[in-house]
This record gives sequence, structure tokens and C-alpha cells, in this order.
Amino acid sequence: MMMRPFDFRTAQDAATAVRTVAADPSAVFLGGGTNLVDHLKLGVASPDLVVDVTGVTSDRIEKRGDRLWIGAAVRNSVLAADPRVRRRYPMLAEALLAGASGQLRNMATTGGNPLQRTRCVYFQDVTTPCDKRQPGSGCSAIGGYTRYHAVLGASEHCVATHPSDMAVALTALDATVHVLGRAGERTLPFGDLHRLPGDQPDRDTVLEHGDLITAIELPALPLAARSRYRKVRDRASYAFALVSVAAALDVVDGTVRDVRLAFGGVAHKPWRARRAEDVLRGAPATDATYRAAAQAELADARALDGVDGGNGFKIPLVARTMVAVLGELSAMAGAR
Amino acid sequence: MTDLLRPKAIGQSMNRRDGIGKVTGTVPYAYEADVDAPAYCHPVQATIARGRVIEVDTAPAEALDGVIAVLTPGNAERLADTDDAELAVLQDDTVAFRGQFVGVVIAESPQIARAAASLVRITYAEQSHDVRLSADRTDLYRPDKVNPAFETDTAQGDVAAAMASADVTVEQTYTTAMYHNNPMEPHATVARWDAADGGRLTLWDSTQGVHPLRKAVAGVFGLAADQVRVICPFVGGGFGSKGTPHAHVVLAALAARALPGRAVKLALTRQQMFAVVGYRTPTIQRMSLGAGRDGRLTAIALDVVEQTSRIKEFAEQTALPTRMMYAAPNRRTTHRLAALDVPVPTWMRAPGECPGMFGPEVAMDELAEALGVDPVELRVRNEPDRDPETGLPFSSRNLVACLREGARRFGWAERDPRPGARRDGRWLVGAGVAASVYPVHRMPESTALIRFAADSYVVEIGAADLGTGTWTTLPQIAADALDVPVDQVAVRIGDTAYPMASVAGGSSGMATWGSAVVEAARAFRAKFGADPADGDEVDADVPANTAQQRYAMYAFGAQFVEARVDVDTGEIRVPRLTGVFAAGRIVNPVTARSQFIGGMTMGLSMALHENSVLDPRFGHVVNHDFAEYHIATNADVGDIDVHWLDEHDPHVNPMGTKGIGEIGIVGTAAAVANAVHNATGVRVRDLPVTLDKLLPHLP
Repeated sequence: MMMRPFDFRTAQDAATAVRTVAADPSAVFLGGGTNLVDHLKLGVASPDLVVDVTGVTSDRIEKRGDRLWIGAAVRNSVLAADPRVRRRYPMLAEALLAGASGQLRNMATTGGNPLQRTRCVYFQDVTTPCDKRQPGSGCSAIGGYTRYHAVLGASEHCVATHPSDMAVALTALDATVHVLGRAGERTLPFGDLHRLPGDQPDRDTVLEHGDLITAIELPALPLAARSRYRKVRDRASYAFALVSVAAALDVVDGTVRDVRLAFGGVAHKPWRARRAEDVLRGAPATDATYRAAAQAELADARALDGVDGGNGFKIPLVARTMVAVLGELSAMAGAR
Repeated sequence: MTDLLRPKAIGQSMNRRDGIGKVTGTVPYAYEADVDAPAYCHPVQATIARGRVIEVDTAPAEALDGVIAVLTPGNAERLADTDDAELAVLQDDTVAFRGQFVGVVIAESPQIARAAASLVRITYAEQSHDVRLSADRTDLYRPDKVNPAFETDTAQGDVAAAMASADVTVEQTYTTAMYHNNPMEPHATVARWDAADGGRLTLWDSTQGVHPLRKAVAGVFGLAADQVRVICPFVGGGFGSKGTPHAHVVLAALAARALPGRAVKLALTRQQMFAVVGYRTPTIQRMSLGAGRDGRLTAIALDVVEQTSRIKEFAEQTALPTRMMYAAPNRRTTHRLAALDVPVPTWMRAPGECPGMFGPEVAMDELAEALGVDPVELRVRNEPDRDPETGLPFSSRNLVACLREGARRFGWAERDPRPGARRDGRWLVGAGVAASVYPVHRMPESTALIRFAADSYVVEIGAADLGTGTWTTLPQIAADALDVPVDQVAVRIGDTAYPMASVAGGSSGMATWGSAVVEAARAFRAKFGADPADGDEVDADVPANTAQQRYAMYAFGAQFVEARVDVDTGEIRVPRLTGVFAAGRIVNPVTARSQFIGGMTMGLSMALHENSVLDPRFGHVVNHDFAEYHIATNADVGDIDVHWLDEHDPHVNPMGTKGIGEIGIVGTAAAVANAVHNATGVRVRDLPVTLDKLLPHLP
């Protein structure tokens, strides 16, 4: 519970920002600050240097060929309101609007949102052990309060979930991440950005220290025009997902021609449901298929016990939500 | 029978006198006390749930620039009175619960104090702790009384025999969760010790009662009452957690006494509030109802298990409403406590009645279902003509009228009694009802002073406005008591410089302070007539409510809820609530409506969201912030229809008021659970009602 003094710099350009942070292990980037400032207050983060990068990446959304290019400094509220996003990628607009609050969305950035950290109560409480915050100290969530914790891909070191809604949609949409690092620019599939905890739960992503997300790019993906993001939560607003489903569905003559599916609230990273997609492609667009696809995806799901009843309910919950969302999308297809 | 005031200002809708100041941010709350060059302090909290402090290393904290002092059990001043273990701060090396204060840092800025507090290194001798509440514990004990001084157990007739011979019975266990009060304004104290003239302590504290706080603090420090002044004109909510002083007040005062002449400010963080300012105990309610085929109860019993802290007893009076709500010849109530290594529980909006109307009112719904009787009618059939336990007549009791009017306004007749029968798209739709009750309290001590000056009347009383509207409603009472226009009355409250007033608790404020004001107004007119001179003044004490020996006095209400459950996900939404109350005369419809809406919203929040998750391995509430401890937000609250009956009760007090601060939260959670059952067929007996409890049973 502390607020240590730190140096603060406003970066003049992206390359300098990257050089500065890469050279200092205790330096961090500051975007909208909606998560980092909490961590400074809670003692979860205690950097010596904070580098404001909100002015060094683009705050524009541009059509580039048949793709949509989103600068890292674009605020979540701006992205959610963009007519091209709303028309071509409704799941992304819905995911953004399902997250946080209006005030937070006005601050949060496209580059920062995917890098927010888990809200696991033990990660955020420096008086309890946490392998993610302090590697080697153990995982307090195992056997603890697990309502918001993982049922897929967890390890003995970490059962936390990734909190972002936007990231779930970007995972389903096959987005691309543009990164500027010490060695220059590179791109990677958004679905490869986040990682499972394994024995390195302190690493949320594959990014190296000093890597800066400069933009996120969306492919054409016509089927995304009919897509949905469904967030299931205990409270109607201002709540992280118990589970969420991002889905795009293309049905022709009662058969699934193509599909994109990702889950939120179930794993250390946004969970691309590729097994389910494989079951669905070419299969009849029926609830029976959707259920079979969910079952295939969740075959390896594992519930956690816990002090408040554990999180076993999330396995049927995500399956039911997925079936409902696909049913809704196929009904839309039929109505067209 | 009391002569009721002729209502002129009373009953009029009047906007809050402090409203503009509050919305423009110009009224001072405790932390904003205008003091010169204050120091700031930040507590150090125990990170074990039971044990002893062996060693404290303050050197790294003291080495930080701007740190003035670090107080620990080793160097803190010895207090004069340590009988109240919650307030015996830094007096010895024992740790009784996780999060307990074991030190405090005083510094030049709040940031430095907070940073330094994290540098204080404490070595503990940890002992195993026990924080698990269960009805199976072998060490449950019977408290001598329940809050504040009610019988622990009551019994009439033979419940066991009546249950054995009843046509229909309901025997179920219901539980309510642990809840934290969480007022919008966190607890804050500014303290200044002036050593001259034998010493004077001034406290600006966010409190529900400046006088009770002064009495407690003076006792702890061994001071005379007139050596302590407490100032608190405005409070950003308390819900009971500011009704009695907690450890932070003493901590701030200790810090101030270490820095004579300089004010010290302390504001708790939201996370700290989950450890040190009280909470509502979780309850386990074993409910027994027996009835004949005619729907008349033959037996009613409630056996309650709840928790307290090992260092201080607080016994919530959960079974109280069961003693008087419905008629039945055979009755029993009991309370048993587990003393655990947990923080000290305290009052939270309608202690007793709020949790105590969950189990019983869901059980009534279950009984109605078993009998095939409408839940409204079942309650009407069991209406007692006298208080079932005391035999006293009710001063007024309009539960039936509330149920009937509520049913009409809500459209209860359209409800399908078959669970799970109504569907609207993906929503399963249901309706539920529960009754509300809250006792009429009048505190024994309060004094009002009335002075005439410059053509207006000044009323002074050290009362509190928690946001309830006292600044506005007390002048309405004074105006009618003096028979003058309300704009000719000014009130002064929230300072021990004004006469003694009781705590704002138990929905007793208007009844107590208002009665004192009426008494003073009558004395003033008797002494000075209708044409007083400048400077004429008189004070008077609240008279005892002697009618309470002849009448049972309660406010009643009925709450109706529509619940919708997503058939796929089990998500629960409540688009509308209807509450009808019979609570005597309503002083100000504007502020009263806010009280009822606020209470019902808090009840909805209790039903669906609030749940302090205590991790037994660590011993503290792990979801200790507003992202994780869910409170209903705007999106969770649909239409709330609040209505009250014109109720004339000549026995309660000269204003005819019953108190409305708490009844709105009573019964709401049961009505929600009953509505969810009607929507889905799933009977949830453990709060909160969440989707995981419905999911396995949905189609």
C-alpha cells in the first residue's frame, strides 16, 4: 500500500520512448493510466520512471486497403463510436462498450487496453502471495476466491484471467499487432500476443521490456459484419466478465461456411476457440452443432474449488452463452 | 395519546437546504476541515489474523524525508480506558484480526505517510486463526442480550409439538452474506490537541453522532467531556458504520497528541474500511413454520447463528422481527454466536430487521407455495391483532393496507403463481412479494435549545444529517411547533457546541430530536408567548416515550419485485420494484422518497450483488474494493415506485412520525429471491442470488 516517488517523462517520439524504457528495467510506459495508476497506489507496480507515450503513437483510425488500421493512442470511446468499426466489426464496438465505464473508456487507449493486467484479488493485494506479482511466492487464488478465475489453460503458478473485453474481440477478428522494439518494427498476430501462465506467470504477453504497441490492424473479414460480443456478468455494468463470447458467423443454406469464436473470462489470455471453429465449419447451423462445438472446445476445461463455491459454473456458462450467441447470429442470417 | 402538531410545514415537499452547497462542492466534510498546516497519518495494518507483534523496525520509514513520527505499540501513549478493545489502539502487542492497526505513520503529506507505512517492518509471532462461521461449531454461545438490549431467546407454547402436528411445514436454512456498509464518504478524522489550559482535543470526524463520539473519546483518553469538541456538519453516508467510533478515530487522536498544536488528518482508504469500520455479520437462519390447511400459522421459530469478534461482542438482533410479525400460538427465537478472529461487526442499515426478514419472508413464500395460497393472502391471514409476544396493541399497524395497495400498484393480480410459467423472449419473468417492518425508536437523551434573535428562531441541537435531510426536516418540525413559517427557522446541528443529541441510528433521529424540538418550542411559547424579545431562549429535553409501555410501535411496508432471468446465462435483472410503506406522518416527501428509494436499492444490492468474501486462509475480505465488492449501479436499478399511506398514529410522538431511514431495506432481498423463484422455479436460500445458483436448474 504505497505510493513511491518516481520520475515522470513525456516522450517526444516513439523511438525515444522505446530506447528509454528498454534501457531501464524499472521504467514503464503510461497510456491512459486506467490500470497502472491503480497499481502505483496499491504497490503492485513500483517503477522508478514512468514514460507517457500517449503523444507518440497515432490517435487516428485509417482505412488501409481493405483493412482498418487503428493507432495505439486511439481512445476506447473513440474506437467504439467509429462508424466503420460499428458497421464492419460490431463485436469490437460491443466489446469496448461492455468494458469499464464511460469515464475510463475516455482515457483507455487501444495500445494500453490489451496490456492491462489481471484483476485477481490476490495479485492486487500485496499482503498475499502471488506468483505473477512476485515469482516464487505461490498462487493464493488456488483454493481461494476463484469466481473470476480460469477454467482453461491455467497452471499451478497462476489461475488468473485476462480482464480485457476488447482483446477478446481482437482475438476473434484475427487482428494484427504492430510493435516497435529495440530492433525496430515488427508485427505479430493479436492471438499470439498474450500467453498462458505456465511457469512464468509474471509474463502476460510475449512482448519484451521496452516493446511499444504502435497500432492494431483489422483484416477485411466480411463475416465480421454479422458478429456479436456477449458479456455475462453479475452486475449489469461496471463488472468484469464471468465469461464472454465474441463470435462472427457466416451461414449459407443452413450450413456454417465460416466462423470466428473467442472467449473471455476463462483463461490467462483471450481464448480463441479454434477447436469449436473446426467443428462448426461445414456443419449444419443447429443448436446441436453449437453444443457439440462447445463441448469440443471445453473438453480440457478444469474447474477450481474455492471459498465462495469455486468457478465450476463457468464451464456450462460459457457453453450456454456460446450456443445462445451463435443461435442469435444464425437467426440474423436467416432473417436477412 | 399525544397532541399531534397541526401540519403546515410538516408534509410539505422541500428541497434540501444544503443541496446546492453539496452539489457545488462547497460544504466541508470532515477531511476538508479548515486547519493550518496539518500533518497527515496513515495506518499500518496487521498482515496476520492472530498472534503477537514481536518486533517493529521503524527505521526505514523514519528515514523517509517528511516523516514526522511513527507510533507503534511500543511507543504509543497509554490510554486511560481500554475496556473497549476495538478502541484500545496500539495498547499492546496482540493481533486479534487481520488488518488491525499495529502502527501509524505521521508525515508532511498523505503520500509520504502512505509510502512510509509500507516501509514499517513488523515481525510477528503468528498463531493459528479461526474465522469460519458455521452452525455446526461446538463453541457457539448464547449472548446475554442482543443489540442493543433485547432478550436473546424467547419462547411461547410448544413449537416442536405444533410442528409435528401441523398440516404443512417449512423447515429450511437460509443464509445472508457478510456485508460492508461502504458509505460514499470514507471514514475520516482530523484531530488537533491543544495542550494549553489542561488540554483540549478537537475532532472533525465523519460521524452519525458528535455527542456519542465525544463521550467515547473522552472516556478513552480520560478527559472531561468539555475538553473534547467534535464537529461534523455534513456526512456522506454512514449506514451505521459511523454510529459508533472505530479504531481510526482513536488512532488520529493519538497522532494528534504526539504533535500538540498541530492538526493531523486521517482518511481511510476503501480497502482499509473493509477491516476496521465494521460490517454486518453473516447469518445462518434455521426457520420453522407450521400451518394448518387454512393457512394459519400454528408455529413459527427462528434459530439464528452469527458471528462476532473475539475481542468485542456485537450480537445482531436478527430474530427480532419474527417475534412480532405474524400470529402463531407456538413461537421461538434464539441467537447463538461464534466468536472468531475477525474484525468487530457493527450496525448496518436496519441491523436485525434487514437480515432477519430474509429467511422468514422467503419461508412464508415457500409456505404459500406449499399451501397453494397467494403469498399476499397468506400474510393477511396471519395478521395478529396484538403484538404476539408482548400482548400489547399496536399503536398503528397497516401491513395489510400496504400489501393491498402495493398489489394494486404493482399489478400483482397478473402474476402467474406457477413458477417458470412466464416468458418474454429470452427472459423468464417472475414476481415476488415480502413484508417490511421497522420498530419506532426514541432515544432517551437529547436536548434542543431555541433562541429568538433578529426576527427568527434559531434551533440548536447536536444532531446529525447523514444525507437523510435533517438540515431540512428539523426546521419543518420547529416551524410547526412554533407556529411560524419555516423560513423563519434556522437550525444548527453537527457540533458538540450545541446541546446533547443522540446518535442518528435506529431511524430514531426525527422522533428523538424532533420531540426535543417540540418540547423546547412549547416551553418557549409558555415562557415568552407569541412575541418574544431578542435573546429569549429556552432548552428542553426529549420526553420519555411512556406510550411505548402500552403500545407496540412499528412501521410496516410491503415490497413487490419483478425479476427477469436470462434463460441462457441465468443473469438476473430487476426492472421494477414497488414499495408501499405505513410509517406514520411523512415530514418531507422529497427527502423521504430518497430514503425509501435508497433503502430499497440497498436491499436490491444485498439480494443480487453484495458479498464480502472472507478468505479463511488469510482471515480478511479479499474483494475489498468497488471493482470486486459489487454494489448495485444505475444499470441494475430499474423503476422504483415508492408510495406511502397516510397514517395517523397519535401515540408515537407529537409529529406522528415513525422513522423511515431503514425500513426500505427490510424485506427487499426476500422479495427479490421470491420473484426469482417465481420466474425460474429455483429456490435460492443463500444470498446473494447469483446466476451460478440458477444455472444448473435452467432449461
